[in-house]
Amino acid sequence: MKVNGSLHAPPLDPRRLLSDHLRHDLGLTGTHVGCEHGVCGCCTVLLDGEPVRSCLMLAVQAEGHEVSTVEGLAAAGAPLHPVQQAFHECQGLQCGFCTPGFLMSVVGLLAQHPDPTPEQVEEAIAGNLCRCTGYASIRRAVHRAAELSGK
Amino acid sequence: MTTKWFGERVQRVEDDRLLRGHGRFTDDIDDGALESCLVRSPYAHARITSIDVAAARALPGVVAVYVAADLPFGNIDLPILIPHPNLTHGRTQRCLASEVVRYAGEAVAFVVAESRNIAEDAADVVRVDYEPLPVVITPEAGAAAKHLVHDDVPGNVAAQMLQEVGDVDRAMAAAPHRKKLHFRFERGAACPMEGRAVWARWSESERKLTVYDSTQSPTSIRGGLSVLFGLPESNVEVIAPDVGGGFGPKIMLFYPDELLVPFAAMQLGRPVKWTEDRQEHFTAVNQERGQVHEVEVGFDEMGRLLALSDDFIHDAGAYTPYGIILPIITAAQVPGPYRVPNYRVQFRAVYTNATPTSPYRGAGRPHACFAMERTLDSIAKEVGIDRAEIRRRNFIQPDQFPYHLGVAWQDGNSVVYDSGNYPALLEKALAMLGPRPAGDHIGMGLGVYVEGTGVGPYEGAHVQVLVSGKVVAATGIPSQGQAHATVFAQVVADELGVEVADVEVTGGDTRRFPWGVGTFASRGAVTAGNAMAVSARMVADKAKLIAGEQLEVDPADLELVGGRVRVKGSPDRGISLAAIAVLANPVRYAFGGGTEAATQFASKRRPGPPLADGEQPGLEAIGYYSPPGSTWASGCHAAYVRVDPMTFRLEVLKYVVVHDCGRLINPFVVEGQIEGGVAQGIGGAFYERLAYDAEGQLRNASFMEYLIPYSTEVPEIEIGHIETPSPLNPLGVKGAGEAGVIPVGAVIGSAIEDALGVPITEMPLSPLKLFELSRPQPGRV
Amino acid sequence: MKPPRFEYHAPSTVEEACELLGSLEDAKVLAGGQSLIPLLNFRLAQPAHLVDINRLPGLDAIYERDGGVAVQALARQAAVEDSEVAAHVCPLLTAAVRLVAHRVIRNRGTVCGSIAHADPASELPAVLLALGGHVIGRSARGDRIIDAGDLFKGVFETALAADELLVEAWFPASSGAFAIVEESRRHGDFALAGAVRASGRLALFGVAPTPVLADPANPGRGLQPSGDLEATPEFRLHLVRVLTERVFAA
Repeated sequence: MKVNGSLHAPPLDPRRLLSDHLRHDLGLTGTHVGCEHGVCGCCTVLLDGEPVRSCLMLAVQAEGHEVSTVEGLAAAGAPLHPVQQAFHECQGLQCGFCTPGFLMSVVGLLAQHPDPTPEQVEEAIAGNLCRCTGYASIRRAVHRAAELSGK
Repeated sequence: MTTKWFGERVQRVEDDRLLRGHGRFTDDIDDGALESCLVRSPYAHARITSIDVAAARALPGVVAVYVAADLPFGNIDLPILIPHPNLTHGRTQRCLASEVVRYAGEAVAFVVAESRNIAEDAADVVRVDYEPLPVVITPEAGAAAKHLVHDDVPGNVAAQMLQEVGDVDRAMAAAPHRKKLHFRFERGAACPMEGRAVWARWSESERKLTVYDSTQSPTSIRGGLSVLFGLPESNVEVIAPDVGGGFGPKIMLFYPDELLVPFAAMQLGRPVKWTEDRQEHFTAVNQERGQVHEVEVGFDEMGRLLALSDDFIHDAGAYTPYGIILPIITAAQVPGPYRVPNYRVQFRAVYTNATPTSPYRGAGRPHACFAMERTLDSIAKEVGIDRAEIRRRNFIQPDQFPYHLGVAWQDGNSVVYDSGNYPALLEKALAMLGPRPAGDHIGMGLGVYVEGTGVGPYEGAHVQVLVSGKVVAATGIPSQGQAHATVFAQVVADELGVEVADVEVTGGDTRRFPWGVGTFASRGAVTAGNAMAVSARMVADKAKLIAGEQLEVDPADLELVGGRVRVKGSPDRGISLAAIAVLANPVRYAFGGGTEAATQFASKRRPGPPLADGEQPGLEAIGYYSPPGSTWASGCHAAYVRVDPMTFRLEVLKYVVVHDCGRLINPFVVEGQIEGGVAQGIGGAFYERLAYDAEGQLRNASFMEYLIPYSTEVPEIEIGHIETPSPLNPLGVKGAGEAGVIPVGAVIGSAIEDALGVPITEMPLSPLKLFELSRPQPGRV
Repeated sequence: MKPPRFEYHAPSTVEEACELLGSLEDAKVLAGGQSLIPLLNFRLAQPAHLVDINRLPGLDAIYERDGGVAVQALARQAAVEDSEVAAHVCPLLTAAVRLVAHRVIRNRGTVCGSIAHADPASELPAVLLALGGHVIGRSARGDRIIDAGDLFKGVFETALAADELLVEAWFPASSGAFAIVEESRRHGDFALAGAVRASGRLALFGVAPTPVLADPANPGRGLQPSGDLEATPEFRLHLVRVLTERVFAA
């Protein structure tokens, strides 16, 4: 499987979840695990460009696919990705635990709808839980991200 | 001090690494650690007749399985964190239960294995035989004491307390009007998005224990581990790295895993980690909110309060490891921003066979606020006045501070409100709320509250100017997302005349700052914030002293601006902080500009030893701040909601908050705290209920069934600020962390009552509850 | 919350998949995994074998057939949501699929998986029933058409045999008035109760062990909904009446 552009062999143990494989076998700990039953969205990654729950996939299932994680959004030392920048400007994060999942959901949204309506924004982030921000700042951040991406 | 940064909407300095996925949470730390898993009781109350771990130990990949008998501390009760004279029957669990379990989720055995998968496989084959015992599950059942949770605790009563100010019986008897009200609160859970986690490593050669713990109080964990393992505190390092939300339950200590993981690491000679999963989070992490209140109130024709009594039962859960802080807070916070000339409050904290309780954001205050605000709404209705007007008539006035309430506070003192302007909060909130929208089944809700924040005993800080001119600052308390690194940098930057970007703040790492208490009770900004100011001021004074010698100027004529110490009125005459940092250390062979001025051959060499009596090297200081009493923040929330009269779906149309936490260090950050608090309040008011059945089983122990609001359930929140500085601390600040959540239940309850015309006396609500309240019920008048 | 041990199979042809299902004891089909993997993580399901059908070629089409829309086993819910064919032929299906959980779940979850899983509170089985659609079950014995009315047997139970793979669901065109409404606690949650109208036909979900057809004039007749934390039987019956009114007013 390809992860953020690099090829990796899948794990030997078929019951290894994709989330655990990314975190503990590949050291990509930016993908977080908040519930392991697909509700919180902390573990959201892109699978061939589409946001999916990495806790609801076996790592072996990702073989032959391209996985993108939060670490791939901006290169080390490079400026933040527009979605990251927007979350920073709007305080779309506090503790930062749910944040990678939100970022990947929003990256997926903007790929499909570069100029999303408030309803599309709501639908795109409706499957991610945040316990810190109360969401208003995240909604603002998504619109700001669209603005920054359009520039 | 200039206030270049204080009060500014400075953007958060902690964001970059979190946004790049480079945060470091406890479970992110591996370093070859073994993984582990706890075997937990499926019964809420049972006698353990046997535990067989042979099959688990035999499983390939299993490294160790521990039961109580395997632990040198297996037969001691875990500590009571805050003992209290009224806690006459305090009880705590043991690290691993071996005789009786008293809540479903209580730890029984601990498995260490090469992976969590294997540890769970092994936990599945640990065989524990239980003999079920009768279960006590609601606060009412706890108080009725048909069965006992602890054989040796009569009536299930852990503690009781009675306080009275004035003469309630006489005032009540003389009151023209009297009312009795009953309020009930069910349990909820904090549910930070990161569960709890512990990682530990033992170095035999250094005899050093290093522990990463997603705790709100690493300093206290260090203290406890040092006692338990007989190590000097300097041999125990505890770090709370990035913590993915706390909201209270991570201030509880010790959870069994916090002892088991370090113990296993010492035994096995390999790092060991334990990461909680969401299912066990629901039963093993402390909860809150279960209370039942009986209120009686006496008032006059104008709706003015004459006497109030509140007799409540507090659901302590199976044990009281955190003492009785929660009901003490509730008891103190019922009067809120109102004059209650005669006030009596009594409570019983009762044991039940449910997960123990300890503070969750708001910590006993949402109940108190709900009881008082709903009581006022009820009086307003009876007297026939507006809900805003009844509050106006009862507010403590701005000229009445300091205001002595006369009841006990959580810091051991008596409650004294330091400052506030409650009428201004209300009027501003009403103005922001605006006119009622058109339409049916729309209700208005209102809630005013006070919050005792910033309790002691103390926090400290270390501030140092490096020879690069950059500043490092550290405090004992960790952050769980509250932007400590930003707001503390603002405080330090102002004192030292540097940029926020030049100040790097560390919290929650005992290697950097070993003393302190923790992050709870909305106390970070007050205690650690002021400690930062104190320490930075000491550094500034030291910098002026050294610069004064160099410039041959009286230090009183110097100021710190732009990274330099300069002469007031002659900004060109100055010396950089970087150079002063070099001078502050009479040393040789240093890198850094200005070294020549710091050696024994320097032209300005002063007489006497290089380090005079009482002087310390380095441009650094350690200072502490210990508050004389709590700072009392306050606020008013108001809302319009619509309730579908057929499906009972709730829609919040408008929600406004006016908040007063004294001087604002960073309004941007405070607004984030408030928005998040309101969202948790909405969850607690209409979505989140821990549903225990009669057997003590939590029936909704997952995010599928315990309904934390998504974005779709949380409205926009408009926020206004009022600043009445606290006279108690140098910065004039009050706490802000919990405020957002406190009155939300009262506001939503008030608004739903207004929309549907049914009396709302309980929390949380749901469409089902509203359906049942709206149906004609036999016997209800 | 980690999956228990199982043997993993990733067949590369439908025939191979059917053969595995026919020969393995205690095997589960893994399609989108959005329901099965949570059950594995909770260890509520502990199958000996998982047959992952995600590598089967040519099984993800959404196409027009016999005046309706056919959705194959690996067509993701999001693909159906975005499908112009579906929106054109069966806009009720498009409306219904938008109510299934959240977009992130729909990116992976499959329409056929939802039907085969047969959660009583699930939207898509009720839509299939309201429209009078069918599914095709494939096994080594050949293909079999099962009408929606014969498919749902109980909670999480269908007429599909252990060796049968649901390869296609067929939804007739939603000609005439249609609507789907549901009452859930949060956006995206399973419904406490829901109603689907396809012209004059009404199907209800969340109120019985399977989706059921009901009389629009008396939708609660014969229903004995179960109670849970969020709804008592009485509240469910009340919601059935309210939602039925609303689908027919829509």
